[in-house]
Amino acid sequence: MNTSRVRGALLAAAQGLALALLSLGVSLTLFILTVLSMAFILLGVGVFTTPLILKLVRAHANQRRLLAADWSGVRIPVPYRPFPADLRSGVTGQVEQCSLLMKDPATWRDMRWLVTDMTGGAIVAFLAPGLFAEGVFGLLLFAGLWKPIGTYWYAFIRVDSQSTAALAALLGCVWITVATYLNPRIVKAHFKIAQASLAPGQGAELTERIDRLTETRHDAVDSSAAELRRIERDLHDGAQARLVSVGMDLGTIEALIEKDPAQAKQLIAQARKSSADALTELRDLVRGIHPPVLAERGVGDAVKALALRLPVPTEVTVDLSGRPDAPVESAAYFAISEVLTNAVKHAGAERIWVDLHHREGMLRAVVTDDGRGGAVVVPGGGLGGVERRLGTFDGVLAVSSPAGGPTMVTMEIPCALS
Amino acid sequence: MRVVLAEDLFLLRDGLVRMLEAYDFEIAAAVETGPELTRALAELQPDVAVVDVRLPPSQTDEGLQCALAARRERPGLPVLVLSQHVEQLYARELLADGNGGVGYLLKDRVFEADQFIDAVRRVASGGTAMDPQVIQQLLSRRAADAPLGGLTPREVEVLELMAQGRSNAAIAGQLFVTERAVAKHTSNIFLKLDLPVSDDDNRRVLAVLAYLDRGAN
Repeated sequence: MNTSRVRGALLAAAQGLALALLSLGVSLTLFILTVLSMAFILLGVGVFTTPLILKLVRAHANQRRLLAADWSGVRIPVPYRPFPADLRSGVTGQVEQCSLLMKDPATWRDMRWLVTDMTGGAIVAFLAPGLFAEGVFGLLLFAGLWKPIGTYWYAFIRVDSQSTAALAALLGCVWITVATYLNPRIVKAHFKIAQASLAPGQGAELTERIDRLTETRHDAVDSSAAELRRIERDLHDGAQARLVSVGMDLGTIEALIEKDPAQAKQLIAQARKSSADALTELRDLVRGIHPPVLAERGVGDAVKALALRLPVPTEVTVDLSGRPDAPVESAAYFAISEVLTNAVKHAGAERIWVDLHHREGMLRAVVTDDGRGGAVVVPGGGLGGVERRLGTFDGVLAVSSPAGGPTMVTMEIPCALS
Repeated sequence: MRVVLAEDLFLLRDGLVRMLEAYDFEIAAAVETGPELTRALAELQPDVAVVDVRLPPSQTDEGLQCALAARRERPGLPVLVLSQHVEQLYARELLADGNGGVGYLLKDRVFEADQFIDAVRRVASGGTAMDPQVIQQLLSRRAADAPLGGLTPREVEVLELMAQGRSNAAIAGQLFVTERAVAKHTSNIFLKLDLPVSDDDNRRVLAVLAYLDRGAN
């Protein structure tokens, strides 16, 4: 028996004890509260309490997911549906939130998990410290504890003399040995039970995938329609109007050129200025639709060129062996651009670092700034918009932004380079 | 003066040919793709090349890449790059070899025929022609990073025009002052920014551009 194994077993025993306490204490309490709160929905009060309590339940479940990954390497997916961006505020918003939560299958899986966790989960977790304790108790009986206790059943051994106590000590040693070998597995078994209850089944997983695809497709269609409307409006009010004015000026010049050459000359200058303005507007518009550097050089140089335009010193490191597909490239560029704008506008950053690389089938961009931090992803906010747009490509966004900074925004999009 | 012109849009190519011919340039070749440009630059040995950044067949920055490659073959080959947009990133690459004889202008600048032709001539003679927008970007970045060494507003104006590659005479004309006044401003600028003084106009411009670009890092 080497020391690392013993240490692992002792650690697992402590973990098991903690898990058992969490399961018995927190899971049981939350289960009772949730059931009560859901019952009160009929009375109206529950509409307001349920979202709060379910939020606690989710935090509790997420904590277990985290522990599962940390302690035993068991990965349990987080399948909660995100709230829509246009969630209303006030009482209607509360009702909407409550009904969305009740409709989310993940809520019901959480409930199922609370029940298994406070029963089976707690028992399994308790085995880890229990085996140790029982073994130690056997040794203590042998050490003389049997005398004050009197006749005692240690498992199947009737302890009433030093010799039977010796048998108990032997059995205790067996328990301790078993615990040494099994404890980490017992903790893992606990997490496996949680996984079985919490993780969506294959059917449910597919349903969730379809829901997510429907939602992101909806977003994509929505945002591209809005984008087209914006482009139409910009062209209509900008370049188009200016070209009309150039045409009018040219007409007037034609009429004036012999009668009043001086004024004709003035109009020519005006027409030239209008056409230059139209070009400037078109250039800005094009930059907003698809930046030229992105088309010419790809996302790496486009981000570098963008960094050079920022008023804040920005260091860009790029490690890409090729170019992703155009839509992915564009999505990544605009996501990075939005995050950079945030850093400049809201974080008051004095330095920004961008790291862009491709590894294991993932395009990953990390934007770090030394600003004041406190950035959060809110539906309908800047970062929320980035998250939704990346969602169309199965991309994700993670924000670490403690108050006082620094802020680190990580974006990942699965894609291949060509 | 012999010019090789590369521009894929017929209307623009045609307009440029006519404008250059009106100002007594000889059009050695007017091509529309990158490979054609590379061949023309190698075979025709023009005095200056006027090149659109984006060219077929790849529709990427093929024109710029061809121009840079040709300059590696023949250092100092005068190239004026035209584009619908200007990027500091590209300007930096054009200036990187420190040889001069480069220009980088928005296509809009063609509107002011005199100034455009002046830029072509300047580049052909080994000078520099940087678009005012590039210089503005450099200056604003530099100003945000570190103030411009206590230059007076008038000196900043002169610096801006100098960075575009204008000669003292041209700067004097633009600002309605005497050439002597401009010369005084430029020597003040070099003193305040602690730049090496040089009699060569082109070296001078490159030093200013390098100084401004350092601030952008």
